[in-house]
Amino acid sequence: MESVIFYLFSAVLVASSLAVITVRNPVHAVLFLVLAFFTCAAIWLMMEAEFLAITLVLVYVGAVMVLFLFVVMMLDINISVLREGFVKNAYVGVPVALIVLLELIAVVGRKEFGLEQMPAPVRHAADYSNTKELGRVLYTDYVYAFELAAVVLVVAIIAAIILTMRRRPNTKVQNIGEQVAVRRDDRVRIVKMASEKKNDGSAT
Amino acid sequence: MISLSHFLVLGAILFCIGVAGIFLNRKNVIVLLMAIELMLLAVNMNFVAFSYFLSDLSGQVFVFFILTVAAAEAAIGLAILVVWFRNRRTINVEQLDTLKG
Repeated sequence: MESVIFYLFSAVLVASSLAVITVRNPVHAVLFLVLAFFTCAAIWLMMEAEFLAITLVLVYVGAVMVLFLFVVMMLDINISVLREGFVKNAYVGVPVALIVLLELIAVVGRKEFGLEQMPAPVRHAADYSNTKELGRVLYTDYVYAFELAAVVLVVAIIAAIILTMRRRPNTKVQNIGEQVAVRRDDRVRIVKMASEKKNDGSAT
Repeated sequence: MISLSHFLVLGAILFCIGVAGIFLNRKNVIVLLMAIELMLLAVNMNFVAFSYFLSDLSGQVFVFFILTVAAAEAAIGLAILVVWFRNRRTINVEQLDTLKG
């Protein structure tokens, strides 16, 4: 039963990843990547990494992928120009990727990391909390690294804002302070002058 | 029964799809960034698998930090992409050569 679930999710994961790199439309590619992340989260759940699986869905699907989708939809991209050379590059890329795959499988295959070499651990009881254990490790052994991660996020926020902020000198904006501080003399000027004589019919 | 090598081979397949994606979509920066995300996902898969089979939580802590850094990388990368598109009206990688001397 466990194997069936694993192979099912793996098939979906590999198929959606292949779709990410081959579909024409970048919007579809982002949506297939969302599917890949969801499926990967399910596989992580099988490995009792519940916190990371939910984090993957919340952070990646909820934030990063929505950011990708936003950028893809905002930019007006000419797909046909970007697609040229796809088949030509495939003659190099696919063999290279296959060779890398075969080498990796030779290293991490069943002979080296099978069940005999590394037996499956005993499943934890139902009251075991992966989040609690991870938090305990994170806030004790890895607390400095955790704070550095916070610094990395702050740097990323500042960099993203600084990069995309631009000054537009000819946009019209209200200056509320000046509007409130204005006085009557700034706007209205009363001119004293002598009244004119009414002459015969011809208006000036 | 599922062994560690099942998860590692799945990670290897994902990583190779990412590598192939970088080769295939050499001109489209957005798909390049997505291929990098796929490769990071493959690495995270390996970390989680080893963490489970060795019963050691440090691997999951590493995945946590990798997720943080990947989110920062995606944010900055997309910000650069937006600025670049605003200036050049294209995201073709081959026209990214204005720094060439």
